[in-house]
Amino acid sequence: MLILTCPYCGITADETELAPGGEAHLKRHGPGSGDDEFHSYLFTRENPRGVHFERWRHAYGCGKWFHAARDTMTLEVFGTYKAQTTEPPKEVRAAITARHPGWSWRDFS
Amino acid sequence: MKRYSAFAIAREALRNHTGWARAWRAAEPKRSYDVIIVGAGGHGLATAYYLGKNFGVTNVAVLEKGWLGGGNTGRNTTIIRSNYLQDPSAAIYEKSRSLYETLSQELNYNLMFSPRGVIMLAQTQHEVRGYRRTAHANALQGVTTEFISPARVKELVPIINLSGPRYPVLGGLWQARGGTARHDAVAWGYARACSDMGMDIIQKCEVTAIRREGGKVTGVDTSRGPIDCRKLGIVVAGHSGVLSDMAGFRLPIESVALQALVSEPIKPCMDVVVMANTVHGYMSQSDKGEMVIGGGADGYNNYTQRGSFHHIEETVRALIETFPMVSRLKMLRQWGGIVDMTGDRSPILSKTPVEGVFINCGWGTGGFKAIPGSGWGMAELMARGHSPLTEAFSLDRFREGRFIDESVAAGVAH
Repeated sequence: MLILTCPYCGITADETELAPGGEAHLKRHGPGSGDDEFHSYLFTRENPRGVHFERWRHAYGCGKWFHAARDTMTLEVFGTYKAQTTEPPKEVRAAITARHPGWSWRDFS
Repeated sequence: MKRYSAFAIAREALRNHTGWARAWRAAEPKRSYDVIIVGAGGHGLATAYYLGKNFGVTNVAVLEKGWLGGGNTGRNTTIIRSNYLQDPSAAIYEKSRSLYETLSQELNYNLMFSPRGVIMLAQTQHEVRGYRRTAHANALQGVTTEFISPARVKELVPIINLSGPRYPVLGGLWQARGGTARHDAVAWGYARACSDMGMDIIQKCEVTAIRREGGKVTGVDTSRGPIDCRKLGIVVAGHSGVLSDMAGFRLPIESVALQALVSEPIKPCMDVVVMANTVHGYMSQSDKGEMVIGGGADGYNNYTQRGSFHHIEETVRALIETFPMVSRLKMLRQWGGIVDMTGDRSPILSKTPVEGVFINCGWGTGGFKAIPGSGWGMAELMARGHSPLTEAFSLDRFREGRFIDESVAAGVAH
């Protein structure tokens, strides 16, 4: 059972209380964007075997969307953070680096 | 290859079974091959088999990180059907189903193919309309299915409860020629035939890099040394993204865990496959008597080959209303596999941006049924550069908006 802490209400919740929302930090393209940009936004995914950033919603709690940093190979959780950001905070990156020196995910490392 | 037969069993019985040969050779990697297939699961082995059988390409190696058939080929619920909505899907799945019918004889290997029939239950008015539509589409595609009444469902499945309070059974889509097969045997049978054609099946050989020169593939680095090739087929299901990373292109794929379970063995009680897509559960009875049960996939990326227990609970809970007797059964075991989900829930059989590299992936939750057809089409694609079976399943369909939308057509459990 995956357990995440909601960064808004502070509740540590089982995954049955949460709803997964797919890959985090997608760049949302709109009118005027090209086919490649739409393809990347709508379909192409990182899908890494290892460090991954995701969106989750505290569906049966406060209802807020937040982000989580996880390892898809070990199911280890590195941290959760609020969704009002375009990149993971320093402490989450530090927690990942402690476990996976030299990691990278899209433009983050 | 020594052929298996009733006579061979009698002969071996008389000499304490000392004369059985290995089903396939334990090969050492050569320096170079015409074609390397990565992944010795059903799809990879079928691709190699039809390359040899249909196109005479036999200088082939099949590389496997783990053991043969140890991924999703050995982890699925063995259902075979072809009642899809879209024309390209119906074509490849029906090709596959029809190949299964004679595959045991062709491979001289008992796949225990059992065309016992598959019912997809309609438990809401939406499903009634949807499956009537599918039955009409199937009629046009030459796939034999029919929409049947609740009374006929009860006749076929005596243990079913038609009048559940939430999800009454309102009918069903019946494919009489669908069924099940022994999943391991499919991989073993193909492997034996490939080995017999002189192909090398190399287990415990992990690909660590894909070598390229001027946009063209030249070989792979593996845990057992570098191997050259002219063409490379990536057929690794859940780990497709890892291999495409090595080749330098990205895929519209997400890997998630899908689980299944079996009950304790009981006496024969259900001789067809029943799928209930509204409640996300499907069930058949194995020859050993276990009820084989599958459900929906987990919702988040995962490479661990184990899923969350609450999905098992949800699947079983959903089936209890329709099959009340399930509530009295003990679960014998549960397992998970990593499935590769695409945006439109249809597979990708395609050339890639790297010349000489071909990919066969994205079968998601429903790849087992497609093994022979997928191998047939993939082999043609790799040998000739195009195949009518795989044309619609190309990688660029996402960019171009030519989806083969089966996520709506087939519900979740497929």
